[in-house]
Amino acid sequence: MAEPDAASAHDEHEIAHVMPLPVLLGVFATLMVLTFLTVAATWVNLGWFNLPIAMGIATVKATLVALYFMHLRYDQPINGLAFLTALVFVAVFILITLLDSFQYQPDVQLYRDQNPVSTSE
Amino acid sequence: MVSSKDLAHHFDTPRQQFNAGKIGMWIFLVTEILLFSGLFCAYVVYRGNHPEIFVYAHQYLDKNLGALNTAVLIFSSLTMAWAVRAAQLEQQRALVVLLSITLLCGFVFLGVKSIEYQHKWHEGLLWASRYNPQSHEGQGHETHAGGDAAEVTAGDHDEAPKNVGLFFSIYFLMTGLHGIHVIAGMIAIGWVLNRARKGHFHRNYFGPVDYVGLYWHLVDLIWIYLFPLLYLIH
Repeated sequence: MAEPDAASAHDEHEIAHVMPLPVLLGVFATLMVLTFLTVAATWVNLGWFNLPIAMGIATVKATLVALYFMHLRYDQPINGLAFLTALVFVAVFILITLLDSFQYQPDVQLYRDQNPVSTSE
Repeated sequence: MVSSKDLAHHFDTPRQQFNAGKIGMWIFLVTEILLFSGLFCAYVVYRGNHPEIFVYAHQYLDKNLGALNTAVLIFSSLTMAWAVRAAQLEQQRALVVLLSITLLCGFVFLGVKSIEYQHKWHEGLLWASRYNPQSHEGQGHETHAGGDAAEVTAGDHDEAPKNVGLFFSIYFLMTGLHGIHVIAGMIAIGWVLNRARKGHFHRNYFGPVDYVGLYWHLVDLIWIYLFPLLYLIH
């Protein structure tokens, strides 16, 4: 604590890493550019490819937020491990649900075709 | 150097205390992610089975307001991360100002959101059991109440698919749960703001600012996915 106030890019701290201001502002600017890009990407019709682009940009943005705003890059690895574990389980949750969720559509469609009145609004 | 008030007796050092609190916060964030994943899962299943509903219905959402709210949340994440930095460096005045700006951004976000909800309420664009669009699904009267820019493009989808209300069920659940989290985050920010004004935080004790910041960033992170998934469907 006796240290003199260092230049803003190299702030010393005993407990945790201090995010340098240029990094925070740079991450913010990048996130804004990516937000614009993801909106701009909807102006062109790329068919099915629009969705992967939107999700890709969102994932880059989320990674930036997690690494810098949430400090994960400089943290103890266990925090990032907890976060990644959650993402793994989200993937497991969604993928296993998807295994059979299209299975029943033909039956639903058949029922609708046979009972046109009861299913219409 | 560290008053006993700021270092709980079961910790040896402020660093140990900070890291312990931080792991606790991350475990909590994990449960939050899993909570939201249920809704994301519902989204994936319904969109996979009924893509036409999503393509049709998303045109009722205002992309500009969605993008505005995205920008507001990202900016508030910046001021929050900056506030953590200020707390670490004992920049008390900057800390109070930055937390106040973050809180203000929360109000702006909710304000924009309530404008969107109100618009949908008047248009009858509600969840499945209450879905009863006023100006579409023509009953003869073609009065377009809303001047929604998004509706211009709705012209080439005259035929509404069945069960469009499904989209709005998912929309209200996802944005609603997210909105509740924004409110919770604002309450938490209000709490640390109050403590910051009293000068509770210093180099060796800034954990609450950091943990509330993590929560706020998670709220931002979820919105980063909600925005393209709900507003930017192609």
